Amino acid sequence: MDKFVTHTGTAIPLRRSNVDTDQIIPAVYLKRVTKSGFEDGLFSAWRSDPEFVLNKPVYNGATILVAGPDFGTGSSREHAVWALQNYGFKVVLSSRFADIFRGNSQKAGLLTVILPQAAIEEIWQMIESDPQISITVDLEAKNVRIGSKIHAFQIDDYTRWRLMEGLDDIGLTMKKIEEVSAFEGKRADFKPKTLPALQ
Amino acid sequence: MSKTLAEKIWADHIVSSAADEPDLLYIDLHLIHEVTSPQAFDGLRLAGRPVRRPDLTIATEDHNVPTLNIDQPIADPVSKLQVDTLRANCKEFGVRLHSLGDSQQGIVHVVGPQLGITQPGMTIVCGDSHTSTHGAFGALAFGIGTSEVEHVLATQTLPLIRPKTMAINVEGTLKTGVTSKDIILAIIAKIGTGGGQGYVLEYRGSAIRALSMEGRMTVCNMSIEAGARAGLIAPDETTFAYVKDKPHAPQGADWDAALSYWKTLHTDADAVFDKEITINADELEPFVTWGTNPGQGLPLNSNVPNPADITDPEERGAAERALTYMGLTAGTPLKSVAVDTIFLGSCTNGRIEDLRAAADILKGKKIADSVRLLVVPGSAKVRLQAEAEGLDKVFLDAGGEWRNAGCSMCLGMNPDQLKPQERAASTSNRNFEGRQGKGGRTHLVSPLVAAATAIRGTLSSPSDL
Repeated sequence: MDKFVTHTGTAIPLRRSNVDTDQIIPAVYLKRVTKSGFEDGLFSAWRSDPEFVLNKPVYNGATILVAGPDFGTGSSREHAVWALQNYGFKVVLSSRFADIFRGNSQKAGLLTVILPQAAIEEIWQMIESDPQISITVDLEAKNVRIGSKIHAFQIDDYTRWRLMEGLDDIGLTMKKIEEVSAFEGKRADFKPKTLPALQ
Repeated sequence: MSKTLAEKIWADHIVSSAADEPDLLYIDLHLIHEVTSPQAFDGLRLAGRPVRRPDLTIATEDHNVPTLNIDQPIADPVSKLQVDTLRANCKEFGVRLHSLGDSQQGIVHVVGPQLGITQPGMTIVCGDSHTSTHGAFGALAFGIGTSEVEHVLATQTLPLIRPKTMAINVEGTLKTGVTSKDIILAIIAKIGTGGGQGYVLEYRGSAIRALSMEGRMTVCNMSIEAGARAGLIAPDETTFAYVKDKPHAPQGADWDAALSYWKTLHTDADAVFDKEITINADELEPFVTWGTNPGQGLPLNSNVPNPADITDPEERGAAERALTYMGLTAGTPLKSVAVDTIFLGSCTNGRIEDLRAAADILKGKKIADSVRLLVVPGSAKVRLQAEAEGLDKVFLDAGGEWRNAGCSMCLGMNPDQLKPQERAASTSNRNFEGRQGKGGRTHLVSPLVAAATAIRGTLSSPSDL
């Protein structure tokens, strides 16, 4: 996973609430067995509409998505995170994220930042009046800077550290693997096993 | 210290815990399917890691498999590659797999309980958000993404931040024709699709205790639709009786040991939830969704709501967009809405009791000429059981289609999809835009409402027949 310390780019205002993972990428696009190539399915139902924000040339090259509340609800498909990353997004801002989507994004290195809805609204307006306005998302300082505005955000220290160091969760757990073995030694015998298969 | 049920299960699975870090939690069972696992197995191969506990892992083919001609090779080459990839990965890593055509194949959340590998007090994960289904047994069960699938395959653990707890008390007695599906749709309508974010839900109260295991699974299944990763119900005699005769149930002394542990799995009387809500079961009616998220639901006797009556601007905008997408006009009685397709199936309502309930209503009747009825059992075993009871004949005689097991039209990944503007009454769990096929419109309902709607052609409850 790449380290994330700070990112500066332009943004796209997605003025919709409850954008579920079926909207981010419909199931028919989930058949690939790789982690790449999912950008084709990103918001696919809306991409045929020339008025959809992603289709507006003024937002070309944007790397930050500013979304409505409850972004990423529904299915646990990490393909939703990969589709956003494959398209070029580095950060998503919203006032509320669904739990599984947020967890997936933090594992895959897509930064999800929670800001109050009033701040999101203000950022939407600033982008809409100047689509090329630069936004800096600073994980070290825990703030989002746009124009003269600075919006502080919260993130737990552990996730922040992991993202800033680009650390792989599995590698971290492997350092505790002896504790896992010790735990396994104490598990109750009555806990079910899938093997041998009983039917 | 007094604990809630979720806190007890959590505490019993902590491998390591440190200040300012997530707890490392042991995972008792990992369920796998073809869609969210290939990249995880790739990750293992790249790192040269084995599956740590193949004996706590089980795979089935469900999301992407056809429900017709299952003895033929899968027609769509991309779907076929994904299923073939699962088969190759399971073989390489020694994971038990129930493939298409196997009598234990089916939707992963139907298969676990029917094999008896879903038991009280366990931690259960799967790369599927409806893993919350297994919470019906008093297990802490939740959906994970592919990075986490790889993490569990490699370590049999997950680093997790402890969630908050919410009690949902459902007290009273359901009226005839009102089901567990109506309970959960009413809960989601009340707390919203984000209401459970950050929480584990515990469903409690007399109306929950009165439900069968399958009814409880329907409730827990849709916890994620209220935003909660997990929802659970304290195990009781209903739970123990359900598990007892299943193939992987503990035997002999193990059963006694398990039972005495399971009996400790309840929220202590003086434990405190972070949040509590109460629903009066006496007042519940058959429920239906009118919009494009599962929180946009109303009793079936209602009219399509008017967005102008909604004060919150975000919700109002969402309602306006939903009505446009759904092709509905404010003020229209929901019962006058005509549908094209009835989908009876899914991990929410594709179990034998669901099929029996629908068949009871359809027996000796014909579906309306204007509709098609797709009946998709949740597993091959449910299909066989239904056939042994003659339910397939009931559906076929009524004019319906009897399919093989899988997720099917619930998520429209296989060929079972709605066409643009087609309208479905569906016993599944999500009415998102395009969920059941691009441009398709979904009304979430119970199996009883689905069956009555099939007969009348418009959204209906059995009392309308």
